[in-house]
Amino acid sequence: MPSSLQQHLPVLTVLVPMLAAPLCVLIPNRAFTRVLAILASAGSFAVALALLASVRESGVPIHYALGGWAPPLGIELRITLLSAFVIATITFISTVVLAFEARGLSASGLPESRLNLFYAAYLLALTGLVGMVATNDLFNVFVFLEISSLASYSMISLGKDRRALVAAYSYLLIGTVGATFYLLGVGLLYQVTGTLNMLDIAARLPEVAHLRSVAVGFVFLMVGLFIKLAVFPLHQWLPNAYTHAPAKAAAMLAGTATKVSYYVLLRVIFTVFGAAFVFGQLGLARVLLPLSLLAMFVGSAAAIYQTDLRRLLAYSSIAQVGYMTLGLSLQNADALTGGVVHLFNHGVTKSGLFLIVAAMATRAGGWSVDAMAGAAKSMPIAFGGFVLGGLSLIGVPGTAGFVSKWYLVRGALEAGKPWVAFLILLSSMLAVVYVWRVVEAGFFQEPQAREGFEASGRIPLNMLVPAGVLLLASLVFGIWTEPTLGTAASAVEYLLSFSNSGASM
Amino acid sequence: MTSSLLLAAASDPASLSTTMSTVRGIDIDGIGGWMHPALPLLIGAALIAFLPSRFGRWVLVLAPILGFLNLLGFEIGTVVELPMMGLALQVLEVDKLSLLFGYLFHLAALLAGIYALHLDDRLQPSTGLAYAAAAVGAVFAGDLLVLFVFWELLAITSVFQIWARKSDQAFGVGMRYLTLHISSGLLLLGGAAVLFKETGAVELGKMELGPVGDVGLGPWLLLIAVGLKAAFPALHTWLVDAYPAATPTGTVFLSSFTTKTAIYVLARCFAGADELIVVGAVMAMFPIFYAVIENDLRRVLGYSMINQIGFMVVGIGLGEGLGVNGAVAHAFNDVIFKGLLFMSMGAVLFRTGKINGSELGGLYKTMPQTAGFCMVGAASISAFPGFSGFVSKSMVMVAAAHDGQVLVWLLLLFASAGVFHHAGIKIPFFAFYAHDSGLRPKEAPTNMRVAMGISALLCVGIGCFPFLLYRMLPYDAPYNPYDVTHVVTQLQLLFFSALAFVTLMLLKIYPPELRSTNLDVDWIWRRLIPRVCRLPIALCGAVWGGLLAGAGDVRRSGLLAVRWLHSPAGRFGEPWPTGRTAFWAALLLAVMMMVAYASR
Repeated sequence: MPSSLQQHLPVLTVLVPMLAAPLCVLIPNRAFTRVLAILASAGSFAVALALLASVRESGVPIHYALGGWAPPLGIELRITLLSAFVIATITFISTVVLAFEARGLSASGLPESRLNLFYAAYLLALTGLVGMVATNDLFNVFVFLEISSLASYSMISLGKDRRALVAAYSYLLIGTVGATFYLLGVGLLYQVTGTLNMLDIAARLPEVAHLRSVAVGFVFLMVGLFIKLAVFPLHQWLPNAYTHAPAKAAAMLAGTATKVSYYVLLRVIFTVFGAAFVFGQLGLARVLLPLSLLAMFVGSAAAIYQTDLRRLLAYSSIAQVGYMTLGLSLQNADALTGGVVHLFNHGVTKSGLFLIVAAMATRAGGWSVDAMAGAAKSMPIAFGGFVLGGLSLIGVPGTAGFVSKWYLVRGALEAGKPWVAFLILLSSMLAVVYVWRVVEAGFFQEPQAREGFEASGRIPLNMLVPAGVLLLASLVFGIWTEPTLGTAASAVEYLLSFSNSGASM
Repeated sequence: MTSSLLLAAASDPASLSTTMSTVRGIDIDGIGGWMHPALPLLIGAALIAFLPSRFGRWVLVLAPILGFLNLLGFEIGTVVELPMMGLALQVLEVDKLSLLFGYLFHLAALLAGIYALHLDDRLQPSTGLAYAAAAVGAVFAGDLLVLFVFWELLAITSVFQIWARKSDQAFGVGMRYLTLHISSGLLLLGGAAVLFKETGAVELGKMELGPVGDVGLGPWLLLIAVGLKAAFPALHTWLVDAYPAATPTGTVFLSSFTTKTAIYVLARCFAGADELIVVGAVMAMFPIFYAVIENDLRRVLGYSMINQIGFMVVGIGLGEGLGVNGAVAHAFNDVIFKGLLFMSMGAVLFRTGKINGSELGGLYKTMPQTAGFCMVGAASISAFPGFSGFVSKSMVMVAAAHDGQVLVWLLLLFASAGVFHHAGIKIPFFAFYAHDSGLRPKEAPTNMRVAMGISALLCVGIGCFPFLLYRMLPYDAPYNPYDVTHVVTQLQLLFFSALAFVTLMLLKIYPPELRSTNLDVDWIWRRLIPRVCRLPIALCGAVWGGLLAGAGDVRRSGLLAVRWLHSPAGRFGEPWPTGRTAFWAALLLAVMMMVAYASR
């Protein structure tokens, strides 16, 4: 790779999908846009891998001044080990999801000739998500947040069901509230520090830390991000959005959107404010810990009673977000490593599950748990994939889910909270129940004949393979943990050391 | 787990036992040791799952044989580590104890495999072989985490032997079985986590029991986890619940692996724990009374199994040396003779569809070979001199006597008499003789008879040449079962038990075989607790429901309250209006500000 190109890698991850998006609009050819979207996403993934390798090798973050304008005046991109890891994760997931051929999408009521609009929105959402991770500028995060959110709203509204419109609309309202809160927080910080660059704010905060605006700004930032992250009780936009969105959009958002918000949350806490300040003087854990535990139980319990598989998975996501924020609020390296690695582990698992459910639904003729009756016989491979993903959701050893939960449990014990460790295990039992409901339907119930529906034969390979890649990843990275856990552990180590030295208050 | 990995593994040449190679009698260099011992069986299980059953069934026989050849290549002291998550997981650790159980499980898998050859089914043979693989993996696990993985695999693979019966009753039994065994795994994991926190290691090694304050919670959690699988008193009900409910072939699989894996872990971690002597003595005693009045002959065998495990637990409690040797040897023999008994009862069930003592009788006329094999098994379990049970059970008794445990010795003596009564006489008598039921079934299928024949040969072989078994035992404790005192004592015991049975039968005092349900302690949690708790649960649920509903809805109770909250129509399951989320956002904002304000 020429060194001149090497220099510009950080911006390329964002630029590639961003430039491909308008092309999708301009050239309304279905096959072309599909290939272009896959290529753009894969290109972004390749760049992210190169970045990850280079950051791992050098051990120092890459700074990139956008358009040559030096920070703090210009916008700066900053790629740390953690951000490279997150970008690689989301671009990987989005690439695989794009390769999935969703019939539900072409039957979504959208004329085939306008399918390119979906791909444009998809790429814009990806652009926004990658940008949120790459940038080192608080206001720029907001911009990318809005890009990804607006693109997501339009993707969701393309859902087949007319309820998709309502879901997209209420997501838009809630999302806007969240974004506004976030923006208010940025404004307050800008007011007291006079800068938007994260490192700059971090350097100037100690002088003004006593001001009440700092605390208020922080709380606004947090609540804004909590909405985007779907932290209990600000989570209820999520089930509808994921349920009624087109299958691809749901799979992509489920694996990436909340994960990026989690990353921004970490960045704001550790890079901008500093862990000591946030946990010591702002008391974040006092609120976040109980909310995380509630999310784990309410989400899982709600998942148990859902009849629609997509809703079941969506509620399970809320519980899984609870695990991630729990890792944050336990305030030690092990727990945080568990939270960060769960970002990847849950991302691939849940995206894979959404895809495989979409594939099974085309065959079974419905999204309900009952429609899966006899699925173990009629579509053994796909159903086996679902069981594999379910095992990872439960956290069975040998799957990716176990790795994160093991670290969370270790972190809880280290934090001197064995009861939290117990609750983690207990809530996993709830996951057993909701996964079991589907397994029971698949294995032990006889398929019912549904009127007016003919089984459409085998599930095509272009659905099975992408879903299989993600689900197998949740198995492979449960055993081969070096790439995920190793990266997460050293990223967390860096994050904590940076947080302690950089912004000591 | 390739051989290159094994080459890198540490091996301790000093502990290479010369006895091992002479027992095998063949040159072990160059064969075996290619892969992890559990893998051949696992691969076999996968093959059966995908091959048509007319080819797949032969894998049932081939996989244990190939697995055994592979196992021969492992040397004592081999350790293979797999780095994962910052821990070096010991996926393989070979010592004398684990090798013995490894050989045993391959033998058991082979016998059960032959017995199940007639099945035209893929589920049972494949999960059965995977179940054996899980047991093999568990005994070669070097640390608690690896053990945990195989522990749960044992639970998951074995339950299909019950579900394969495909009745609602079997489904319920299977769920109860699975719940209990998964919980056992979670307890194990909990114990491992506590130990890891306290010692920084998850090693599977000797553990001290004592007051929780001194030794921590870890060893106790582990003991309960193992106790569940070993069917300790009051934790035993799954065994007599599940074994009679499984298919004829399934029970043979079930009886071979689960409890014996638990015995292995006990011997490895808790040898010499005094508590186990008491537990074991109770286990040896109480099932006798149930076994005498039970009608379902496979349940009788289930109770008798708990009684035999009691002997093993006592042996382990007596400590390293003769005690553990006796326990392990008895576990080895028990797999074979109890397997043989379950096979013969399975054959009866397979041919007649009946298993209650009250409905059977007189079958010797058409099933003479099965009856003969059954009696060999009965003689072994009753510890007739010349049969396998004698050479191992007496070791435990002698170890108890050497240890000065007079009371325990007497209890075990009583238990031995009881075994002869219910397993040695009752099983063959009511099934094959007694009153003629009029049933004239065909003799058992050839494959079943072959499996029973090999088992019977092994029973007699080990009984006559016990040193073959003794050489494989983990501790160096010389013992000779065939001296005058042992033989005479045992014969007297057997003679007087037989006399008692005959007398009671002639006087018609012996409890007749009745169709009845005998209450065991599982009545407490299957009937009593739900009944007693119905009121408090309803009350709590009512209060909870009342609080949340505001008014009116007090009838919803317990789980209903949770369901009501989380169902698609409930507060946490329904889509929320935007305003409600916005309200919570504002509230959260206020709360966080107050917390931030208070924290400064």
